[in-house]
Amino acid sequence: MSLAPASDRTGRPSVPADARRRARRRAQWRRRLTVLAFMSPWLVGFTAFFAYPLVSTVYLSFTHYDLLSPSRWIGLANYRYLFSQDKQIWPAVYNTLWLVAILVPLKVMFAFGVALMLTRARRGIGFFRTVFYLPALAPPVAATLGFVYLLNPATGPVNGALGLIGIEGPLWFNDPGWSKPALTLLLLWGVGNTMIIFLAALIDVPKHLYESAELDGAGAWRRLRWVTLPSISPVILFSVVIGTIEALQLFTQAFVASTIAAGSASSAGDPANDLGYPEDSTLFYPVLLFQQGFRFFNMGYAAAMAVLLFVVSFAITLVIVRNSRRWVHYAGGGT
Amino acid sequence: MRRIAMAMAAALLLAFGVGACGGTGDDDTADKAAGAPAPKPGRLEPADLTLWVGFSAPRELRVFKGAVKEFEQLNPGINVKVVGGISDDKLIAASRGGKAPDVAQSFSADNAGAFCGSGAWIDLEPYLERDGISDDIFPPAPRSYTQFKGTRCALPMLADTYGLYYNQDMLEKAGLDGPPKTVSELTEYAKKLTVKNPDGSLEVVGFNPSMNWYSNTPANFGPMFGGKWVDESGKSTLGSDPAWAKLLTWQKDLIDWYGYDKLVKFQAGLGDEYSTSNAFEKGKLALHVDGEWRTAFIADEAPDLDYGTAPVPVDEDNSDLYGGGYTTGNIAGIPKRAGHKEQAWALLKFLTTDDRAMVMLSNGLRNVPTTASSAKSPDLKPDPKFDTFVKIFENEHTTTTPITAAGSAYQELFNGFVNKWQAGRVSDLEGGLADIDKQIDAQLANVEGGQDVP
Repeated sequence: MSLAPASDRTGRPSVPADARRRARRRAQWRRRLTVLAFMSPWLVGFTAFFAYPLVSTVYLSFTHYDLLSPSRWIGLANYRYLFSQDKQIWPAVYNTLWLVAILVPLKVMFAFGVALMLTRARRGIGFFRTVFYLPALAPPVAATLGFVYLLNPATGPVNGALGLIGIEGPLWFNDPGWSKPALTLLLLWGVGNTMIIFLAALIDVPKHLYESAELDGAGAWRRLRWVTLPSISPVILFSVVIGTIEALQLFTQAFVASTIAAGSASSAGDPANDLGYPEDSTLFYPVLLFQQGFRFFNMGYAAAMAVLLFVVSFAITLVIVRNSRRWVHYAGGGT
Repeated sequence: MRRIAMAMAAALLLAFGVGACGGTGDDDTADKAAGAPAPKPGRLEPADLTLWVGFSAPRELRVFKGAVKEFEQLNPGINVKVVGGISDDKLIAASRGGKAPDVAQSFSADNAGAFCGSGAWIDLEPYLERDGISDDIFPPAPRSYTQFKGTRCALPMLADTYGLYYNQDMLEKAGLDGPPKTVSELTEYAKKLTVKNPDGSLEVVGFNPSMNWYSNTPANFGPMFGGKWVDESGKSTLGSDPAWAKLLTWQKDLIDWYGYDKLVKFQAGLGDEYSTSNAFEKGKLALHVDGEWRTAFIADEAPDLDYGTAPVPVDEDNSDLYGGGYTTGNIAGIPKRAGHKEQAWALLKFLTTDDRAMVMLSNGLRNVPTTASSAKSPDLKPDPKFDTFVKIFENEHTTTTPITAAGSAYQELFNGFVNKWQAGRVSDLEGGLADIDKQIDAQLANVEGGQDVP
């Protein structure tokens, strides 16, 4: 058989091999460009709003940057200050970890508990779902103002009601021991989003699993422990991860509550000088970061703080996800 | 897939390159050239200027527009647009990019360090020199809070001065004659004027010494004991100047007399400082340290309140300090990105150094006029209660807070400490103050350039 190029079956002379390759490459390029064109909205968004800020933040963390003049490279000085000299960092880290340790489990349990009750309700399900979801729609600033008013130690209705039954209510947002619990109450109140996800997951648990468990003699607790929890474990994992990230980033509620409760909310335009009130108990990591970056003209240092927050968030999430392999069960047999 | 990954890596590198430029993208050489003004023009070229002010209430903006109108009449062809409600965040953003105003006013003298130190506002010294204006026309305090490390980038535009407000009715009922002049008298008055409810809670507080509530701040109380913030080298002296420990000890003793928890509860039950439910206006406080603007608020919100004003009482050991107080104020300057610098300077000069403009603004806004001559102007609306503050402003013992590159960071670190102290959670006052000094110095060193502090 001849190895020379021969005419193909149509009788036309065949295209040389390199021309064919070129055509294929062109077609490939076109395909890639089409893919890129379709991906471009995401690519542009990702680059402009995620990759660029992230890389820029890492860079700025090694600089002195006062927001007003060009940044100047100072090496590790910001990190040295962060780890060895800034005494406000540790209260801020403590407060934020407190939230992660206390708020996240409470939030998951509360959302799960409410969702569980809602699946049991026989009448007015739509009404109760709406009622429990509604707080999630309240704007955070308005909700915080509302709670500061409700929990006002002198004029608030909560302490008023406690007084009626002979209990002297705490100072809530004005007491360093109670300010974080008060914020926790506020955040638990707005747990609607997590609750809705739990509700959807609970409704999704296959009925036949309960039936067979019941036939095997499993009581309510065993059904919950061995059927419900494993079935909704991916949702628990999701809410733990999201809740942790939210707790690490808590800002608005702490900012508003401390400023208002301190009683020096100023209309004269000077920056709020009561962040963390009372006694640094609401000085969460992002609040300190904001203060350094935007109030103290120390954006390079704020960037270093942001990098640390990113690394810690990433590490905590990684630990949770790694750990979850032991207890999360995905439908379809995966673990 | 690999190519996409490479494209993304390229995008990241590009982003890094842009980030590495430092985020401002300003041209330094152009800024320096802008610092040197041309010879004084005979007549200003027509231009449309923008003036950004922090004032936001319609009444306040009307006052500004009135003064600006005068300027426009004196300088035909120049139109000024006054934009109110501008915060420092907006000023900072405008300094970095976008459209900057020709003249900017900020409420926070604390931020003069950032504006002057970074060159975000231009150096006004060459303009002042060219036009033969000495900064001696301003008293020492406003002269100090409008410059940073030798760069004068701002001029004072009305000041806030703090003094003692006293409820005349309550004083008379308690048989007290005139306002307290010393700290011991203040303590005595405070106790006498306090009214407790049957359950022990506080109904009326004679004088609330709690810091960081309403206008009670270490800055406002410092002049009562002559507390100095920094030494000549700029190092924090909260621990080494005994005045601060004395102030805090006195303040804590009085708090303990009321009971800290009772005082906190009392405060929580009061209305917002800048509302018609202000505690002094409502008769919940007999004596209170506040700024001169309160006279206008009282005239508007509580016209029947019988009250008087006086300088803050001073420590017996420093009785010569009586008559002085704390002052800070609005600052105004020309952002380096301003389009019409010559015309902007003319407007700034008019609003901050022309007696007529100063008096007009002071009469309308009821803030203290900032030039020594306008403070004596016969056109200043006569009001003895307000005059107290003009006198405090002119007093040689009146002080202000230092200007640093980190804004009010040092005050906020101190505030944090004072909050713990007054709640009774600091056992070693001297040690605590020395520690705060260290923190403030380290913080400042970090902000000023990231150098390490031993």
